[in-house]
Amino acid sequence: MSDPLVLELREQFATPEQQRHTSSIGIWLFLMTEVMMFGGLFVAYTVYRFNHPQAFAQGSAEMDIVLGSINSAILLTSSLTMGLAEFSAKFGRVRLSGILLFTTILIGLAFLGIKFTEYYEHYQQHEAPGVWFNHVGPHAPEVQMFFVFYFLMTGLHAVHMSIGILLLLGLIARNMVGSFSAAYHTPITVVGLYWHFVDIVWIFLYVIFYLPGLHK
Amino acid sequence: MIQAVAPKIEKNYLNEKVGLLSWLLTTDHKRIAILYTFSITVFFFIGGFFALMMRLELLSPRNWLVSAETYNKLFTMHGIIMVWFFLIPSIPGTLGNFLIPMMVGAKDVAFPKLNLLSWYIFMLGGGVTVYALFRGGVDTGWTFYTPFSTTYSTTYVVAAAVGIFIAGFSTILTALNFIATIHSMRAPGLTWFKLPIFVWSMYANSVVLILNTPVLAITLVMLAVERIFTVGIFDPALGGDPVLFQHMFWFYSHPAVYTMVLPAMAVISEIVPAFSRKPLFGYKAVAFSSIAIAVVGFLVWGHHMFVAGESVYSALAFSFLSYCVAVPSAIKVFNWTATIHGGSVSWDTPMLYAIGFIGLFTIGGMTGLFLAALGLDVHVHDTYFVIAHFHYIMVGGSVMAFLGGVHYWWPKISGKMYPEGLARLSALIVFIGFNLTFFPQFVLGYLGMPRRYAAYPEEFQMLHVLSTAGATILGVGYVLPLCYLIWAWHYGRDATPNPWRATGLEWKSSSPPPTHNFEVTPIVTAKLPYDYEAMKEELELV
Repeated sequence: MSDPLVLELREQFATPEQQRHTSSIGIWLFLMTEVMMFGGLFVAYTVYRFNHPQAFAQGSAEMDIVLGSINSAILLTSSLTMGLAEFSAKFGRVRLSGILLFTTILIGLAFLGIKFTEYYEHYQQHEAPGVWFNHVGPHAPEVQMFFVFYFLMTGLHAVHMSIGILLLLGLIARNMVGSFSAAYHTPITVVGLYWHFVDIVWIFLYVIFYLPGLHK
Repeated sequence: MIQAVAPKIEKNYLNEKVGLLSWLLTTDHKRIAILYTFSITVFFFIGGFFALMMRLELLSPRNWLVSAETYNKLFTMHGIIMVWFFLIPSIPGTLGNFLIPMMVGAKDVAFPKLNLLSWYIFMLGGGVTVYALFRGGVDTGWTFYTPFSTTYSTTYVVAAAVGIFIAGFSTILTALNFIATIHSMRAPGLTWFKLPIFVWSMYANSVVLILNTPVLAITLVMLAVERIFTVGIFDPALGGDPVLFQHMFWFYSHPAVYTMVLPAMAVISEIVPAFSRKPLFGYKAVAFSSIAIAVVGFLVWGHHMFVAGESVYSALAFSFLSYCVAVPSAIKVFNWTATIHGGSVSWDTPMLYAIGFIGLFTIGGMTGLFLAALGLDVHVHDTYFVIAHFHYIMVGGSVMAFLGGVHYWWPKISGKMYPEGLARLSALIVFIGFNLTFFPQFVLGYLGMPRRYAAYPEEFQMLHVLSTAGATILGVGYVLPLCYLIWAWHYGRDATPNPWRATGLEWKSSSPPPTHNFEVTPIVTAKLPYDYEAMKEELELV
């Protein structure tokens, strides 16, 4: 049987170590671009919340804090299973790793399910921005702006979650054909870093959208 | 004959595989560089066509050729195509792709498939944008200022924004690839301070692109969301702030200006030592000045908003920082001229372009200081002075350097020599045409001619006619290299591996290089980069 390390070595690299190091650089650079992309939205949110503090508190009071908190707990649990998947791959327990990856997908789907339940509630209460929006009371345009950022930022986050789930499916497929071992499991590490990043973004989103309305 | 003619290698990257599919599915960085060269050349001439139409319209003080609405679309399309589909990808996509792996002694970039994907994403973005432009175009100016772009314009704003958004991913992935390559693919013995300055500058350039492009992407997303769903993000009637758009746009776009000129500086830093037969003066200062430009370049965006209601204190800070960013640029200019000083200079075509670059970039940079001055900016803001200033950087700087680089590395890329006499002549034509086009615009702007108008008072006509005359000469200067380089690709005389007797790993390979760049992985033993002294001794021994 041929060495799996040699099988997975791309022709442009001299050693497996060089390949692993390069992948690591690549994913960290990619996460930098993600920070800047979400960063732009966080900047705009901050400017407008500073300009319209009351309207943003009003909008935030409409959030479902229970569902949001449950979702935060769910997503953090998915980071745990993701981390354990990488950990078990490191010790050559690739079957266990596959099960944990699959668990991560299920938890991720649960998060998205709850998220879309929330979206649907906002839609029914005429809080989805645009032609669906109908808010009575002062600061209506500014409250709408709060919901624009809510849908835009959590929506972009949900897109990232969905991409993450597709990547996890790809990992499971590669795991089933026996690509990974204690010596080679770089793709699990790389996707894991992406998944944890998306989790961290959610923690910030939870804080800026769900908490400002609590002490109104 | 100084350089022994290398035995002709049968297989190289150009002839190892044949057929259209071998090009469209290639992961070879050198072939991808050629794909980029082809694409950006097409975009350059599309953008150039719009420029030519504008210059023709401006021959007369009255609208005689196109309507004012069409004129608005012309300058918008010219800007969009030239900035995002020529200038930003030009040197990185072509020379950067070709040379970075060779200069670091690698077989390919770190992620070759991603590299090919970048080109496809670029073409998809270009396709969507061109679709938007030819369906009816956009009239917002390349800057997409709100609320005009979100609320009032009736043109294809969203389609153009989507095209630019897609192309942004290509830029990001290419930059990511370069940084990973430079970090982890260097040949044994090639430490950071032995790298050519080309690699240093492209590194700094890639860092900027990774940090600023995502901000443009998300800003365009917000613009599109506001326009499609008619909700308030930047619209003041709905609680938004249009100046926030300007801040976010220029947080991207001012560093983007440096991503147009850093690759140009990368090219010049290679050409100048090779044709002066001297090591680059102040290697470390030049290397770190690239990093300094990248860092300080992120802190100056506010100088675009001196008249947009910015507070006087932030205006002061941005003005001061804009002066600071001139320092590393000046360091480069002084070091290039110090390299030329006392060297045995030969006036081949690449050197002519390099000299042209140094002069024109200096004028462009110095007039940038005029614009960073709070008082003077109020007078010349949004006039032809600004247009002349940034064209001295982008055309006089970046395009001249691009042409210089293409000539310099042409023997390596194609394995053929270009016709030297004709090339020198067209370098001269470009220089004359450029100055005749844009110098009158400094005067026009100072006299008060605002930008983006199709008609103007009669007293400005003389200067406009001069500028249009220059533009036609410049056009000839651009078409000539296109013709003779295509001719040389087929009929030029064969190039030796190192026709310029230059240092650098790319010249150690054959012309054109084999698919994996080097027959054996090079091991770098030289103590210094640009060691032309050692090379002189070597040649004397021969």
